[in-house]
Amino acid sequence: MQDLGIRVLFDGENGVRLLLGLVVTLKLSIITIIASCLLGTLMGLLMTLRNPIIHIVTRVYLEFIRIMPQLVLLFVTYFGLTRAVGINLSGFTAAVIVFILWGTAEMGDLVRSAFISIPKDQYESGTALGFSKLQLYRFIILPQALRQIIPPAMNLATRMIMTTSLVVLIGVVEMLKTGQQIIEANRYTAPSAALWIYGTIFFLYFFSCWPLTILAQHLEKKWEK
Amino acid sequence: MDWAFMQRVIPMYAAAVILTLQLVIVGIVLATITGLAISVIRYKKIFLLSPLSAAYVQLFRNTPLLVQLFFLYFGLPKLGIHISSEACAIIGLTLLGGSYMAEAFRAGLNSISPSQIESAQALGFSPIQTLRYIVIPQALAVSIPPLCANVIFLIKETSVFSVVALADLIYVAKDLIGLYYKTDEALLLLVAAYLIILLPISLAAAVLERRIRYAGFGNSRTL
Repeated sequence: MQDLGIRVLFDGENGVRLLLGLVVTLKLSIITIIASCLLGTLMGLLMTLRNPIIHIVTRVYLEFIRIMPQLVLLFVTYFGLTRAVGINLSGFTAAVIVFILWGTAEMGDLVRSAFISIPKDQYESGTALGFSKLQLYRFIILPQALRQIIPPAMNLATRMIMTTSLVVLIGVVEMLKTGQQIIEANRYTAPSAALWIYGTIFFLYFFSCWPLTILAQHLEKKWEK
Repeated sequence: MDWAFMQRVIPMYAAAVILTLQLVIVGIVLATITGLAISVIRYKKIFLLSPLSAAYVQLFRNTPLLVQLFFLYFGLPKLGIHISSEACAIIGLTLLGGSYMAEAFRAGLNSISPSQIESAQALGFSPIQTLRYIVIPQALAVSIPPLCANVIFLIKETSVFSVVALADLIYVAKDLIGLYYKTDEALLLLVAAYLIILLPISLAAAVLERRIRYAGFGNSRTL
């Protein structure tokens, strides 16, 4: 029985299909991670400004996005927004929108806290030494801020990769959906396929995220001082 | 908006909230116990158990709960291990939460300098007393912010429980959308229900963290 199950993975194109599912997962992750980094940096810088209106708007946005489970945001966008605006979003597009909104909020908060954690005397000393505004940021502020941002940003990236698994619930055909299809197709010839397919998906996710986690831990330790 | 319809379905949401809270409370308690045990094993560097614990933490921190649940609920029965929906949800939450809680406790334990422990030994504290009176109180102050974050994270993660056939909030909302096409009403109640669960907890966590920050003030580590 068991060996029948594992054979499903190598039967025909099943293995390749599962990997193509992984490609969809990673594509979604990479698009949204890159967009979130860019927009999040912008948002983080906006949040450091001392404008009360910007402060309130960004704060409410951040708290709302943070407190809602990502799956709820996906549902609201996929089922609600399409009706409210009258446009037809594919599951993939809805997922891209939600993950960028979420990633931007989280990234914005990381950037903000990194910039405000740099002591004021760093700015003052730089100015006193005759650095121009551009030089000040280029040589003093950014190098310090980046060391604080990069490790948590990488952890955010792994969280985003893991969270993309939810998109199967709004009908995107990615790795989990492909796995389900393979299991269904082989229901009678290989009844134990579910064990092997889900086990494989488990490890495919693990090996997509683990290297990033390890690298983040390494960088964090290296830059701790 | 069809308010009469919303009033009629509120009991369904309330039942789902109660189910979610029941599972979450059991899951978080078990996860905290697991996390504490794992972090102590790693802190004490217990032979064989320590590397196993490290592997467990890495494995479950780097995989989504959804995939873990699929494996538990659909995969394991093929090995002859049948687990009920509720048990699946709680096991999944415990395994996932345990790995996150372990990291939170570890950050606390690692923040204590060896001189603290050496001083305790010099003063004649037994290892248990050292842990009880010196290590844990200080570690907890550092661990509380990540612990609170983990609690909120775990509650949010419960939104995938519908895949193991539990009538949670997402399940109810999806059901109503499918049956009556009341999309706006169903989604509004879904968002409201999660706000009702999460907002008080999130505010309580913020208050708690502020208190702890005062407790840690003057600690050389914060300089």
